[in-house]
Amino acid sequence: MSNLEQMYQQVIMDHARVGHGKGLKDPGLITMGESHQVNTTCGDEVRLRVGVDGNRLTSVSWEGQGCSISQASVSVLHELVEGETLEETERIIDAFRELMQAKGEGLDEEKEDLLQDATAFVGVGKYPARIKCALLGWMALKDAIIQARKDNAS
Amino acid sequence: MLADVRADFPLLTRTVREGKPLVYLDSAATSQKPHAVLNAEAEFYQFHNAAVQRGAHLLAEEATAAFEAARAEVASLVGASENEIVWTENATAAINVVANGLANATSGIGGEASARFRLRDGDEIVVTQTEHHANLIPWQQLAARTGATLRWIPVDDEGRMILDDLASIVTDRCKVLAFTHASNVTGIITDVASLTARAREVGAYTVLDACQTVPHMPVDVTTLGVDFLVMSAHKMLGPTGVGALWGRKELLDVLPPSTFGGSTIKTVTMTETTWLDAPLRFEAGSQPVAQVVGMGAAARYLSALGMDNVAAHERHLSRVMREGVAQLPGVRLLGPVGSNPEENILGIAAVVVEDVHAHDVGQVLDAAGIAVRVGHHCTQPLHRRFEIASSTRASAHVYTTEDDARAFVDSLATVRDFFGVAA
Repeated sequence: MSNLEQMYQQVIMDHARVGHGKGLKDPGLITMGESHQVNTTCGDEVRLRVGVDGNRLTSVSWEGQGCSISQASVSVLHELVEGETLEETERIIDAFRELMQAKGEGLDEEKEDLLQDATAFVGVGKYPARIKCALLGWMALKDAIIQARKDNAS
Repeated sequence: MLADVRADFPLLTRTVREGKPLVYLDSAATSQKPHAVLNAEAEFYQFHNAAVQRGAHLLAEEATAAFEAARAEVASLVGASENEIVWTENATAAINVVANGLANATSGIGGEASARFRLRDGDEIVVTQTEHHANLIPWQQLAARTGATLRWIPVDDEGRMILDDLASIVTDRCKVLAFTHASNVTGIITDVASLTARAREVGAYTVLDACQTVPHMPVDVTTLGVDFLVMSAHKMLGPTGVGALWGRKELLDVLPPSTFGGSTIKTVTMTETTWLDAPLRFEAGSQPVAQVVGMGAAARYLSALGMDNVAAHERHLSRVMREGVAQLPGVRLLGPVGSNPEENILGIAAVVVEDVHAHDVGQVLDAAGIAVRVGHHCTQPLHRRFEIASSTRASAHVYTTEDDARAFVDSLATVRDFFGVAA
């Protein structure tokens, strides 16, 4: 498999096409947080909204446009973290960031189990310019959770 | 002959991804450097390095001579006088020298001698919709600071400036008309004469962004009819960290400086300063001397090639790229489509591949060893005008071969298949 094929694995292409969680949803009468992130090098953007009920991320939806890596990444993110606890979500976010910094090497089994489909992004780590694409939705997720906490505190 | 030129550029011999030969098509972003430039910089440091414009020792004399010889080389490339060339850190800084000079004149700096540059309520600054951000934001912000109104000349669907309503956009309220000599996206070369003629009628100053033309075609300030012109060393085979502002001497001598400091002054008291004439009034503080020397070497290298030859070479490459991609299904060429041999287009081809994002296009090309630019190329308003967020741009230079141009077209032809979006 060439580096290019390793980067654009079928699972990534599928997520980019389908876009799980695309379309902003009203999470209902629970704590909400939203974040808008832009990749300044290409103008790609994602707006991501979370609904938090107690300790659980009950809703994750997003709207955006961008390259296949950024779109697939936020789609995978939706599949992974919607319904999870905030602690588990933090662990998944940290594992994904670690995968991006791994320069194309895999992570240990425990972390790969945590990441499931998201391990397909391993090839992106070889291309510093594309790591930002892959992280766009994840930065929005992290920020949206912070916003939700503020919403809860106010 | 092209082989000789390529032999001057050591970087072109390296390989990239998985050992592939490099196809460098990102020269509109930055050009590669010939030995003549690399050696000029190295030799300056090895044999002549000293502070310029001061000091009475031999090295200081040699360094100053090299610094000023570079000024003469750059001046000669564009038909200017030496004392009309101001060193800046890049072309963006050169535009800011003019914009900030006007702002300073407006706040009274420079006194009555600079009063001609003052902006008043009701004054207008005009740019175009195809500008690089570097020739938009300084004017937008100057307008915001002074209360002037920013207006712009629109472009049509193919990126050509629409000049039909020029007289109603550039009116006697217009103080500055700033525009690019050529688009860094469509490659269209501006009809400078029409714009300068209108500017003269209304008494507006003209500022020309010549970053994309000075490296690629003959440029002569004595026939262009503009008041100020900026250029960038690193796009014209020279080093980064240096650019130049050209201006009419009688204007430069009364434009207030905007970077204040040593080496720019006639006299200084604790409360007042009077400035030297141009160019020194604008060159405050330590200058990038080795880079300036490198820029001079680049100008000399281009002059030796002959700018008519360079332009003819790149016009040919432009046709190969533009006609090639125009044949590809699902690929939209930005700028004029279809061949009008009369139309002047630089060696640039920016494209949008339907249903594939520019970053993904660039990645496929990169895997084939082809370096292109992806994104909005610092022209968001133009991309918005084209109703796109980003594009993929190939751009040629003196060392680009027809094989390079064809490699771009051939690789582009594989992109939609790779992403499974081909019909």
